[in-house]
Amino acid sequence: MLYGLMAYFDSAERLLEALRVLKGRGYRHLEALTPNPVEGIEEVLGGDGRIPWIAFGLGVLGVGLGLFLQIYTTLDYPHNAGGKSLLGWPAFIPVTFELTILTITVGIFLFLLYMNGLPLAAHPAVKAKEYVRVLLDEYGVFVYATDPRFDLESTRALLRELGAEVEEVRRD
Amino acid sequence: MAHKEPHPDHDLIQGEWTEKTLVEKLLEPVEKPAPRPWRVVLAVGGALTLAWLYAIFVTFVRGLGTWGINQPVAWGFDIVHFVWWIGIGHAGTLISAILVLMRQNWRDSLNRVTEAMTLFAVLAAATYPLIHMGRPQLFYWVMPYPTHMALWPQYKSPLSWDVLAIMTYLTISTLFLYLGLIPDLALLRERSKGWRRKLYGWLSLGWTGNAVHWQRYRAVYVLLAGLATPVVISVHSVVSMDFAYGLVPGWHLTVFPPFFAAGAIYSGFAMALTLIIPLRKWYRLEGVITDRHLDWMAKVTLASGLGVAYIYLLEIFIAWYAGEPAEWAQQLWRMTGPYAPYYWAMMLINVVLLQTLWFPRFRKNLTWLFIFSILANVGMWLERFVIVIISLSHDFLPGNFHLYYPTWVDWTLFLGTIGFFLFGLSLFIRIFPPIAVAEMVHLFHRLRKH
Repeated sequence: MLYGLMAYFDSAERLLEALRVLKGRGYRHLEALTPNPVEGIEEVLGGDGRIPWIAFGLGVLGVGLGLFLQIYTTLDYPHNAGGKSLLGWPAFIPVTFELTILTITVGIFLFLLYMNGLPLAAHPAVKAKEYVRVLLDEYGVFVYATDPRFDLESTRALLRELGAEVEEVRRD
Repeated sequence: MAHKEPHPDHDLIQGEWTEKTLVEKLLEPVEKPAPRPWRVVLAVGGALTLAWLYAIFVTFVRGLGTWGINQPVAWGFDIVHFVWWIGIGHAGTLISAILVLMRQNWRDSLNRVTEAMTLFAVLAAATYPLIHMGRPQLFYWVMPYPTHMALWPQYKSPLSWDVLAIMTYLTISTLFLYLGLIPDLALLRERSKGWRRKLYGWLSLGWTGNAVHWQRYRAVYVLLAGLATPVVISVHSVVSMDFAYGLVPGWHLTVFPPFFAAGAIYSGFAMALTLIIPLRKWYRLEGVITDRHLDWMAKVTLASGLGVAYIYLLEIFIAWYAGEPAEWAQQLWRMTGPYAPYYWAMMLINVVLLQTLWFPRFRKNLTWLFIFSILANVGMWLERFVIVIISLSHDFLPGNFHLYYPTWVDWTLFLGTIGFFLFGLSLFIRIFPPIAVAEMVHLFHRLRKH
């Protein structure tokens, strides 16, 4: 069974150019695979502006949790420590701060995994024989066979025209 | 083609490389047979770890009476070492996090090994309060959970802040280290066979290098760096408040949080130098950990060390200027009492010898830098000794004065954590690349191709 076509480009510029052309021709079901972050990819594949907002939300949640924990436990077991007022807020700053950071860190890490669809047990592109190249020094485009515009011969010709080495990826 | 100026950081990677040869080089510690010194370090570390476990066993079976602690020195070696190890941990997060935020490219060669250093240092540190409790199986009493006695932890106490600070720090530095490892694990997965391939496969979570994933990954990485930075500062500040909240002469100072933070950075960078200089030599990493890297690390050590030295002098001034008799007596006891050699050794290393790092001739001499990095850690150990043990042994009442004599269990617990640290780190660099491969390749790409 054919999974799709893997195209290897030797520079990030070519990759971006190829992605623009493919998008222009109406290809929708494709992935860019790169060894490191590529600048300018947002313009072609779309960026993700959610992360700062999610982090902010988690931060608010963390502040709430921290203050709730301390205020609740203090009121539940009132204790006069060194004559400090019962809800002396300056003493609550360190714990609130640490719990805020902890909530954001753990939350945003899990959210990153969720957004990226990880952990992922199997991915068709990894079946490509030369796949390791896109983790090293080359820039790959994986065009899924399920793409409505996909046609083995014409897609392969198009990718070659864009300057790529092309490999068919099949289930063995 | 228009003339292109070389990137200002061009010489951060020295030598002729391509991406492929660079990756081969960086993965050598994992993929090639280990050099002989690695085996020696592993064996020594392993032996000391066993001794450590034995000392912990003795502590649990026979109790804290096997330690040298007494009244008033109820916090003996274990708190000295707890603070010492936590301080060492700080350079890792600092190199990783603060230098990311400042876009300092030279961090890329150093961050992985120093983050691993942080992880093992914090783990080593965390064992001390745990075993000092005497009944470690009840450690969960520090957690907020509804007991049948309706007791809660006292959140106005720095000791309960400490618990949360250390646990947050351990969590965030582990996640940060792991996040940085994911792309490298994917590369290792594709390059290895057998059990290693399985291990890397599981740990890499199926990372494929999708460009959209990379964008989110970078955003989260920088965000975590931004969050880790204040945590580093807060952790050691909170540790210092454990002391500063107390009325003991020598502890009750508002300058403690910046004092401890500066000391942590100083000792952490010194430990990083102690590890990186041999690592670079044994694995021939001169091309990626250049003399420039070491020079900069020495400069950071100097800068933070000067902060520490300044506060030593400030402490003397405050003790005199405040006119508090117990404070001043404490200061004189440090300088002239039975512990005076420790105090003056600390002053010699952290104030006098430190000044050699002003001069490029000393900074660029790797032998001196290596020796100084070890001395600086000894100096910081002495500082913790001065703060904890000398202060406690001489409080307000002459009838209370009592010296502290560590036992063999105390010493074994200390040497044991050093062994555990070395053992853990040497295993780490055998399984995970000690230099962040994906980041180095990215840096290489930016320096040479743009």
